[in-house]
Amino acid sequence: MNADMRRGMHIKDDFPLLKKGLHYLDNAATTQKPRAVIEAVKRFYETENATVHRGLYPLSVKATERFERARGVVAEFIGAPTENVIFTSGTTDSINLVAQALPLKKGDEILLTPHEHHANIVPWQELAKRTGAKVVWCDLNENLTLDVDDLQRKLSKKTKVLAISHVSNVLGIVNPLDRIIPHAREHGTFVLVDGAQAVQHLDVNVRKLDCDAYAFSGHKLYGPTGIGVLYLKSLTLAPARTGGDMIDDVTEQEARFAEGAPRRFEAGTPNLAGIAGLAAAINYLRGVRMGNIHANEENLLRQTWDALKQFPRVRLLGPAPGQVMRAGILTFTIDRVPPHDLAELLARRGVCIRAGKHCAHPLHHRLGLHEGTNRVSFGIYNDGEDVEQLVEGVIQAMDVFR
Amino acid sequence: MNDEIYRELILEEYKRPKNKGRLAKATHESACKNPLCGDELAVTLLVRNGIMHDIKFEGVGCAISQASASLFTEHIKGKTVEAIGKMDEKVILELLGIDLNPMRMKCAVLIMRCVAAALEEKR
Repeated sequence: MNADMRRGMHIKDDFPLLKKGLHYLDNAATTQKPRAVIEAVKRFYETENATVHRGLYPLSVKATERFERARGVVAEFIGAPTENVIFTSGTTDSINLVAQALPLKKGDEILLTPHEHHANIVPWQELAKRTGAKVVWCDLNENLTLDVDDLQRKLSKKTKVLAISHVSNVLGIVNPLDRIIPHAREHGTFVLVDGAQAVQHLDVNVRKLDCDAYAFSGHKLYGPTGIGVLYLKSLTLAPARTGGDMIDDVTEQEARFAEGAPRRFEAGTPNLAGIAGLAAAINYLRGVRMGNIHANEENLLRQTWDALKQFPRVRLLGPAPGQVMRAGILTFTIDRVPPHDLAELLARRGVCIRAGKHCAHPLHHRLGLHEGTNRVSFGIYNDGEDVEQLVEGVIQAMDVFR
Repeated sequence: MNDEIYRELILEEYKRPKNKGRLAKATHESACKNPLCGDELAVTLLVRNGIMHDIKFEGVGCAISQASASLFTEHIKGKTVEAIGKMDEKVILELLGIDLNPMRMKCAVLIMRCVAAALEEKR
C-alpha cells in the first residue's frame, strides 16, 4: 500500500455514504459528498436561510453577504472575475442559457466535436433549427483524440459557435484547448467549453483559456445537485432567464432589465442551499489540494489500465494514459460480456460502474459501439482496493461469460 | 452467490438462443428498442387460425434481453394468440427463474413488448 492509497482511505472517512464494501467508481455521473458539504447545506437551512438582495433584516443581510462570498469562492476557483460568474442549475442549464441567447442567422455554422455529451449537442441542434444555422462536426483521429487539423479546417468566418468539451465524459481525454481556442478566436467564433468533467480533475483558469463561456456542475464537484456555474467572458449576452431579480423596473407592457452582471442573468431565487454547498465543496477540495487529487487519480487510472490491458478480451477505448493527457475516466468493452451484464455482476459485489452510451450517442455510433460500453470514473476517495475489486469483478464476469 | 443471476440456464440461452433468425414467410413483424440498454429486437411471426405456429427473433443486446427472447419465443410456440395476449411480466420472471430490479425488467420484457406490437400490426 503506497501513500496515495493511504490518502484515499483517509479521505473516504470524510464521506458518510462510502461505507465499507462500497466501491463507487461512477464519479463522472455524480460524486459523493463530504460531511463538510452536507453540514453546510444543513446549516444553511437551520440557521442561515433567507432570500438575498431583498430583505432588510439581519438574516437576509447576512444571507446576501454569504451568497456573494460564495460567488467569490467559485470565481477564484476558476480564475474569473466575480461578476462574470453566473449561478445556474447545472451544466445543461448553463449551455441552454447561452444557446437560447445567441443571435444566429441562416447560413451561420455551429461547430461540434464527437467528444460532446448530449448537453453540448442538443441545445445547439435546437438553435440551428430555430435560426436556420447549420451544425458541423469535426473528425476524430484513429486514437480517438480530436483531429485538430480537421477542426481548424472547418473553422471559418461562418462559424459563429464552437462548442467543445474540456474533458470527454467517455474517453477522459483532455482536449488541447490552448491550441484550439486561439484559432477559433481568429475567426470571431464564440467558444463555449463544457467543463463538467474537468473542474474536478484539473486546474481550470478561464481567463487563460480565453473562452467565451465555461460551464460546469456542482454535483460532479463533490457539491450538491441542482447548482451549476456559467462563466461568461462578455456580459453583453441577452438574458435568457427573465423574471424577478434581474429587472430594474416592470410595467404592464414591458420590463427594464438590470444593467449589471451577474444580476441580469440570474432570474428568480437562486439555489441558495446549493450555493452554500458548492462553496463548501470547493473549500474542502482546497484542503485536500488539487495537486494531490490529480496525482492520486492518475495513479489509479494507470493501475486500472495496466491491469485490464492484460486481458485480450478487454478493449480499452482511447490512448493509454501517458500517451495523451487523460483525466480520471476509463471506458472499455469486453468481448462476449454485454456492458449491462458486466455492470450487473460488478454491482453485486459492491462495485459501481456505468454501462450504456453515457449520453454520447453520436460518439458511440461513430465507433460502431451499438451495445454501449462500460465506464469507470475515479474520484478523490477512490483507492487501490476499489481498483482490486473492479479487476476481480471483470475476471469473474469473463469467467461467467466464458 | 454473486453470479446467481447468470445461472447456467440464462447463459445457455444467451450463448445458444433458440429461434434466432428471420421467418421467410411471416404474417406479422415488429422491431423494438430498449432505450436504457440499447437492446434491439426484431420479431417475425407466423400466425394461423389464431395460433402462433412459428416465431423468430433477431437483434443484439444484454444477456437478459437475449435469454428472455429465446425462452419466451419458445414458450409461446403453439399457443393461441388470445393466451399470449393475456401473458404478463410474471411469465417472463418464471421462465428466467430469477429476480430482477425494475431497470433490468425492461430488458427482460422487451421480447414480450415486441411480440405484442407485432400482433397489433396488420400486415
